[in-house]
Amino acid sequence: MTTNDMPRWATGIVLPLLNLLSALLVTALVIHLLGEDPVESMQILINSAVVNPEGLAYTLFYASTFVFTGLAVSVAMQAGLFNIGAEGQMYLGGLGITLAMLAFDATLPWYLLIPAGVVGAALFGALWGFIPGYLQAKRGSHIVVTTIMFNFIAASLMNFVIVRFLIPAGEQNTASRVFSAGAELPRLSDWFPILGDTPLNISVFLAIIALAVYGVMVSRSSWGYKLRATGLNKHAAHYAGVKISTTIIVTMLISGALAGLGAVNSIMGSTHYLSLNFVGGAGFIGIAIALMGRQHPVGIFLSALLFGALTQGGFDLSLEKPNIPPEMVILIQGLIILFCGAMEYLYAPVLIKLIKGKQA
Amino acid sequence: MSFEDLHLGSIVVSTVRNAPVLIFAAMAGLFAERSGVVDIGLEGKILASAFVSAAVAFTTQNPWYGILAGVAVSAAIALLQGCIAITQKGNQLVAGIAINITMSGLTFVVAQYFFQQGGRTPDLGEARLHEIVLPGSAALADVPVIGWIWTHLLGVHTVLVYLAFALVPLVHWVLYHTRFGLRLRACGENPHAADAAGISVERTRYGAMLIAGILCSFSGAYLAIVQSGFFLRDMSAGAGYLALTAMVFGNWRPFYTFLGCLMFGFFGAVQIQLEGVDLPVVGRIPGALIQMVPYVVTVIVLAGLMAKSVAPKAIGVPFVKSR
Repeated sequence: MTTNDMPRWATGIVLPLLNLLSALLVTALVIHLLGEDPVESMQILINSAVVNPEGLAYTLFYASTFVFTGLAVSVAMQAGLFNIGAEGQMYLGGLGITLAMLAFDATLPWYLLIPAGVVGAALFGALWGFIPGYLQAKRGSHIVVTTIMFNFIAASLMNFVIVRFLIPAGEQNTASRVFSAGAELPRLSDWFPILGDTPLNISVFLAIIALAVYGVMVSRSSWGYKLRATGLNKHAAHYAGVKISTTIIVTMLISGALAGLGAVNSIMGSTHYLSLNFVGGAGFIGIAIALMGRQHPVGIFLSALLFGALTQGGFDLSLEKPNIPPEMVILIQGLIILFCGAMEYLYAPVLIKLIKGKQA
Repeated sequence: MSFEDLHLGSIVVSTVRNAPVLIFAAMAGLFAERSGVVDIGLEGKILASAFVSAAVAFTTQNPWYGILAGVAVSAAIALLQGCIAITQKGNQLVAGIAINITMSGLTFVVAQYFFQQGGRTPDLGEARLHEIVLPGSAALADVPVIGWIWTHLLGVHTVLVYLAFALVPLVHWVLYHTRFGLRLRACGENPHAADAAGISVERTRYGAMLIAGILCSFSGAYLAIVQSGFFLRDMSAGAGYLALTAMVFGNWRPFYTFLGCLMFGFFGAVQIQLEGVDLPVVGRIPGALIQMVPYVVTVIVLAGLMAKSVAPKAIGVPFVKSR
């Protein structure tokens, strides 16, 4: 038996769980070396991120953004493209929202304003994904390096745009002006007061819809078939009549748009203004989510929840344990990419032996 | 605006001072990639060695211990990367990205633990590497042109700068004129042929990764101990990727790669000079836009050259010995 003909429950559930466990074990080791108690830290984390209703709301709030960046990386991965640029695409998506809001938030009613923001986010994110996609398809420049460069370019560009054009006169804070109340997404705490003053908003439903659409489009539509064919074997897909360069460009447009949509939750659902570095690594978390969730909608959802909990719990943990800063999440994210992505078949030989032993 | 306003002399000097970060990393990348292993993880190795070098140099107040510690850490990471790419036959791109992100988090967490300065190490002060004053500098200082070349361009650098520039011909010699270099290139171009000729592809690639790890550490050490005098969160700021691009630009050949590194070093130098200067026609260019220049150049270079550049044929493909 090779890794290819292992049963689906083994490759789809057991291996990812073992990999995730390994990443968390290494994290526990690091926490131990920092002189803190991993078990106690875990308890604080779970308490703060899941048990406490306000914490749970924050977990879901972060997860809604992560679903979008996770989907962005996943859809590209289906076509064999490793999109590292979700970070920059989401950042540009934020600019799209902001431009739409600055233009219309005084005139349009909320039911037109919110769609305008969503379209702006998707459009600008798609544009930032389009250029690397085009360069990959037509010029052969490697998507990994180009998208990384576009993250750096986005950071500088947004810095320039915010500082030069968007800071209101007389303000010091590197952020745009606050949008009008019509641009605020309805918060769930309006209906469920137990959630307290938390930013969890209707984007969590948008995220679930996006997951469902993604699932149907990728595994049930002819476009998704072409997408996966391109990812599995470019030459075979080309021979079967799939236009590879078009597929690459369209995929990167969609990927960029999804990453851009991640900004809807952060800006229209929470801050209501554009600030410097508001993305805060959500795009990179998308990579970990896509790899851990194996680009499957359910997997992406669960991984996004995990990272939402890690972000929320990690923040509270850092208040109680000064040796565990919120940046610990970046480390965990890297380890998850390492174990679930690069070393995904680390435990396959052992597992194969176990399965064979049972059958014999 | 006159010629002096451009500070041409200081641009040339700071080009020379910017380049080593990229040269060490790019030469490291050359070894890895010519042996057939994609090395996106240069960035993470630079960051890790920068932190470890700065931390150890500060604690021991000796830059050399810092450099040694950086070498050890970077080599260990490279071997882990090698283990994933060679033994595990995992995805090399993903492994590199994983290392970059892990190191970005880990260096911050550890720096915060030891120094409590927001992921920064204290200033190294006297623990920085000293600059070498070339003999005869005092005598030549007042001679026009030659004096400037001797004291500013060639002199008053740290030993790492000379090492970086000396590395280029050395790497060329190793790659093209030694048995190891021939075997390494064979593993990158046609590992099956190399295997049939009795070369252990795995051992050669591990060797290449070890060298890559060692060379890459100097890049981080240079960044922390020489250029800045401290470690700062995410201070590599894409240097690893620029080095990769320099390598693509240089067609995976040492001398052309070196030119690519000089080019990026030059852009970095121009960036510093242009900041806050009123230029004719365009006026003052904001710093944020100038910061973009190396990255935009990278994209343009890749778009223009990737189709024509000749990557090692077996790059990124795990070697599976056929039976």
